[in-house]
Amino acid sequence: MAQSLRGARIRAAALTLPLVIFITVTFFVPLGSMLTRSFHSPQVADALPRTLALLEDWDGQSGPQEETFRTLGEEFRSLAKQRKLGGVATRINRLESGMRSTILKTARKLRRDQPESWREAMVAADEAWGEAGTWRALRRAGERFTLQHYLNALDLDRDDAGRIVTQPPERRIYLPLLWRTLVVSLAITVICLVLGYPVAYLIANSSPARSNLLLLLVLLPFWTSLLVRTTSWIVLLQNQGVVNDLLVAIGILGDDGRIAMVYNMTGTLIAMTQILLPFMILPLFAVMRTVSPQHLRAASSLGATFRQGFLRVYWPQTLPGVAAGSLLVFILSIGYYITPALVGGRTGQLISNMIAYHMQQSLNWGLAAALGVILLATVGLFYFVYDRLVGIEGMRFS
Amino acid sequence: MKKNQAKRRSPRYGVVGWTAGAVLACLTGLPGVTMGAESITVVSWGGSYARAWEKAILEPFTAETGVEVRLESFNGGLAQVRAQVETGNVHWDIVDLEFADLARGCDEGLFEFVDIDQLPPAPDGTLARVDYFDGTYSDCGGGGIFYSTIYAYNTKSFPGEKPSTIEDYFDLGKFPGRRGMRRTPGVNLEFALMADGVPPGEVYEVLDTPEGLDRAFRKLDTIKDHIVWWEAGAQPPQMLADQEVVMSTAYNGRIFNAQVIENQPLVIVWDGQVLDYGQIAIVTGTPNMELSREFLQYASRVESMAAIGRYIAYSPTRHSGVDLFTTHAETGVEMRPHMPSAPENLKRALRNDWEWWSDNAEEVHERFSAWLNR
Repeated sequence: MAQSLRGARIRAAALTLPLVIFITVTFFVPLGSMLTRSFHSPQVADALPRTLALLEDWDGQSGPQEETFRTLGEEFRSLAKQRKLGGVATRINRLESGMRSTILKTARKLRRDQPESWREAMVAADEAWGEAGTWRALRRAGERFTLQHYLNALDLDRDDAGRIVTQPPERRIYLPLLWRTLVVSLAITVICLVLGYPVAYLIANSSPARSNLLLLLVLLPFWTSLLVRTTSWIVLLQNQGVVNDLLVAIGILGDDGRIAMVYNMTGTLIAMTQILLPFMILPLFAVMRTVSPQHLRAASSLGATFRQGFLRVYWPQTLPGVAAGSLLVFILSIGYYITPALVGGRTGQLISNMIAYHMQQSLNWGLAAALGVILLATVGLFYFVYDRLVGIEGMRFS
Repeated sequence: MKKNQAKRRSPRYGVVGWTAGAVLACLTGLPGVTMGAESITVVSWGGSYARAWEKAILEPFTAETGVEVRLESFNGGLAQVRAQVETGNVHWDIVDLEFADLARGCDEGLFEFVDIDQLPPAPDGTLARVDYFDGTYSDCGGGGIFYSTIYAYNTKSFPGEKPSTIEDYFDLGKFPGRRGMRRTPGVNLEFALMADGVPPGEVYEVLDTPEGLDRAFRKLDTIKDHIVWWEAGAQPPQMLADQEVVMSTAYNGRIFNAQVIENQPLVIVWDGQVLDYGQIAIVTGTPNMELSREFLQYASRVESMAAIGRYIAYSPTRHSGVDLFTTHAETGVEMRPHMPSAPENLKRALRNDWEWWSDNAEEVHERFSAWLNR
């Protein structure tokens, strides 16, 4: 008996195997490798193993030994021969701007001759080799496991003595952007709730025919491609667009007073609200459908005003839907990327646009990964707080 | 007529075409199976510049060798090339690059080495090494043109006094209106410093200090709210023609083409121009190595390099090429006064320091993003 049960269980588990493999290969493995990049960067360590071993015993103050110079020179030379030096130099340059040309210039000078004193030859190639700071940067770049990406992602840096300091205001990017992302997501959630609640109520309390029609009106844009909807907003909102033309035509605006509604934060807010609205309406509708209209009638027959009835009878019953819809919209908008990229212009960009920039343009994947981890952690934090306040258990998505 | 034909094509042909295409694609992927027509992919900057490439080099090359050339466009940078080389899935053969990117990519092994002594000599036999202008060839490059980032305006926007100096670009009082700028710190910072009174010869010295960088950004701050950002080189002439902006930074050749081919009332201000140069390179590991080398050789002939200057106002980076460009091939306009290297355009000019940019690009880009987002 027990055996046959176990057999059945194994068979059942085997049925989920394709899905498990699929998710592992397409989701967990790439995600894991990306997350590892945020603190694991072995490239420099692998490229300059001998120099870094010598630097381990160095006191960090005086100039290093001649042997260290020679080893580094030789390692540069062999890397240059394999055409790997440029990539290594770029990585080191991220810690200390200017290291790239220092390294490449030095390697070019050292290409052929076998100098008597490597120290002199290298300092002659670039004075930076005479400074302890250069070697400290090299040693730091050689750490296999580093928090540097996280420091950067939190607008922090290390000073010469290795202490963690905040970046000067004109270099702070990520924290203000993260803050902006949170505020915008919250605003979109609130707007969606305010706009979506009455719509969901209407759908839930209309005759079946009308309710179906209304539902279709919600679902139609939901099924339409995201790109199409976003670009339609551009057509509508741009300076020479439909909305502005209309306002000018009926005389509300002068021709030179057209409102900038796209390529800024307004554009991001409008387009994202419209795109995320179904994610609010559908859970709300699902919950409202189950609330019996008799409850409200009972409340009013007992003498409650509409306001009282709504606040004390109807609203509490729809809370699970409100919670589910809000969480969905909030989490989706925190990671939104394509819409702000297209309609956000300069001021409407969110943190995910910065991640995309480091993934595709600067190719600093370590930093992109660190930003991703921070975003993930933020979402996790909100989820946790939300769970404590509302209770995920009681939430209903459909 | 054409439209009707397209309509009459039944969808089934589409399916057949796709299937055939897919089968062919599979076949070409197999070793030992060669296709009839050989082809390579050249990637350049699109718009009227790409058109000049097509007329001046690609078409004659195909006529001479029978090798088909596919032309694609991009907006510069190394990201796509790096992705292709690192994944081993190279489908670009030749890329046209700004010198800073070329030098960086060459160091990182993204491009094949090109021996300067193997490039075609000048018509009089002078070695390419000597014939190239100082510092304009890289270990991985071939061909090469001078181009310049200038600013231009539409005469319709300024019926009265017209801007004539780089200071005017930053002068909102005298010349109000929106300005177009490329969405990158490069050149913009240089413009800002020159307009703030730094002589061209000292621009990179000043930029190299934290105070100098602050100063450049402070100058940009003064016009920040009036800037419309562009990314592709084809955008500025369009924005100027539509009067969406009153002036815009741009590549000089694009404005030239808008002037002579489209008769747009645009004017280039050469004061404070930032002169730069670029070359083409072969992507490491391309499956079409032989053809790519052949193409690079062809494009490095002085005649080919100068031929570009008959379609767009960019001049060849070789001494012997200077006398080869004469008039615009389609309109007969004298090219010399429109070239960035013409003496009267060089009165106050800055040569782009690619070495400085290679060292500082990442840090300055971060700072620029922070500044943009604020």
